[in-house]
Amino acid sequence: MMTAARRSSPQKPPSHPWRMFQNVSLGLLAWLIALAFFFPILWMIFSAFKTEDQAFATPPIIFFQPIFDNFVKAFAKYGHALLNSLLVAFGSTILSFVLGLPAAFSMVFYPTKRSRGTLLWFVSTKMMPPVGVIVPLYLIFKDLHLLDTVWGLTLMYTTMNMPLVIWMMHSYISEIPSEILEAAKVDGASLMQEFFNIAMPLATPGIASTALLCLIFAWNEAFFALNLTNVDAAPLSVYISAFKTSEGLFWAGLSAAATLVILPVMAFGWSAQRQLIQGLTMGAVK
Amino acid sequence: MTAQPSTTKLSKSSGRTSRLPALLLLLPALGYLILTTQVPFIMTIYYSLFRYSLVDPFRRPFIGLENYLTLFTDPQSVPVLVNTLVLVLSVIAITVVFGAALALLFNRKFFGRNLARTLLIGPFFVMPVVTALIWKNSLLNPVFGLFGVVSRAFGVTAIDWLAQFPMLSIIMMVTWEWTPFAMLILLTSLQSLPIDQLEAARLDGVNNVQEFWYIILPHWTRAFEVVVLLEAIFILQIYGEIYIATSGGPGTATTNLPFFIFQKAFGEYSIGMASAAGVIAVILANIVTALFLRLVNRNVNVKEVK
Repeated sequence: MMTAARRSSPQKPPSHPWRMFQNVSLGLLAWLIALAFFFPILWMIFSAFKTEDQAFATPPIIFFQPIFDNFVKAFAKYGHALLNSLLVAFGSTILSFVLGLPAAFSMVFYPTKRSRGTLLWFVSTKMMPPVGVIVPLYLIFKDLHLLDTVWGLTLMYTTMNMPLVIWMMHSYISEIPSEILEAAKVDGASLMQEFFNIAMPLATPGIASTALLCLIFAWNEAFFALNLTNVDAAPLSVYISAFKTSEGLFWAGLSAAATLVILPVMAFGWSAQRQLIQGLTMGAVK
Repeated sequence: MTAQPSTTKLSKSSGRTSRLPALLLLLPALGYLILTTQVPFIMTIYYSLFRYSLVDPFRRPFIGLENYLTLFTDPQSVPVLVNTLVLVLSVIAITVVFGAALALLFNRKFFGRNLARTLLIGPFFVMPVVTALIWKNSLLNPVFGLFGVVSRAFGVTAIDWLAQFPMLSIIMMVTWEWTPFAMLILLTSLQSLPIDQLEAARLDGVNNVQEFWYIILPHWTRAFEVVVLLEAIFILQIYGEIYIATSGGPGTATTNLPFFIFQKAFGEYSIGMASAAGVIAVILANIVTALFLRLVNRNVNVKEVK
């Protein structure tokens, strides 16, 4: 009984009243800190249900009649930006997979002396700061009339997310045992057969979580969005940024919009914590 | 004609004949990334050697390394480099310490632990420009921000954080975003600590301090490396928070390298200067990336060619 309890938990069993007190108070402390971290978000969600006057009343109003006008208005006003955000996020994710999945497959099934170096190079492009390329990109985009277009932004988000897709898909497809790989070659399986019958079943479970990560990154991105789009192709991050000088005058309305913007990402992020860590750390922490 | 040699021969020859289609699968991704990262970066290096302004785009004299010289000596740009390093180093230091303490706290069993952890990591998923708006409007604003309200309740005059302590305000914001990240990685690492190792230590009568010092800290080495390097890479690129909260000000108090490049390129149209700063940013990032790739390399599962 004792050993079983010990094995399931790294803590010592609370045999002593002092130890029990310690456990309870440390648990409370953890909860307090968690609530403190979450509070600014919660407060913003509260503000989204207030009138503009209530939202920046001092002292702050805690009890109020919740209204939904802000959300209705936000939807009406942000529809265009929402559409842009969705197009860019999904478009770049799909393009990242179309280009990245075959590359990952190729490096696992047809490795060469350079495969390791190539894979690490792919990872390194993810670390490249956008400021190192923004100036020429801006000038090129201007010449090609890609500025302030959904296409232009999609191209850059593909650059941002493809290394992640290659890395994640490579690690999933690599799970294949060498014997199966050899057997497939001996049987003379065609490239198409190898890709669709062997690699894809291994990659499929990872596709959803990797795509989720790509969507989150594209959704939250601000640097390329602020510098390469203006009105027509502006995604949500740019629309939200337009409020930077309003000094809280539209805080309730802005809160509603921001709540709508961050809730899907938080829901996704919470559901895919482990994959998120794997994707962000490129598997460096197990 | 035994079966053995013929199969190895077959696998080898099939590998060779299908090298071309295999290369064709790799090339689009490779080409795309070279075209969108390496080519523009080479152009950035090229632009950085000219006095090139979009105001007068047809007269751009070659000036060698003068832009770099200005960057490192001009009293307007030196603070930018200092700010960049101050922001990166202080956020890393704070988030590692907080993250470690929280990881230890959340590795214990307590009521509703999963829910509490979920709330705690919320800030990490908030869009950075929204983070900046939340902090600027509902926390730091001296009139109706909550920090001001609380300090007035205690009879202390409210502080105008963004005006009086701009860099500290940015550091607080970014710390709020990245502490959950440090905590998550350190917690993940902690959960892979073999329990029998801890049990054996406890049977030997090891106390909590010794346990932390001799077992947990050494186990965390790699996780610390990952947190420090990844945060360095991402915090070197911080832009949205500064753009929203302070616009790099007051003066240059919160201007970091990315924001400086934005100002030079799109505010003053001096492409040459912005490019030089961009090259410096990439060099800084590459130093960190090289260290990080050494960590990743140990875990790469690339099947060697036989």
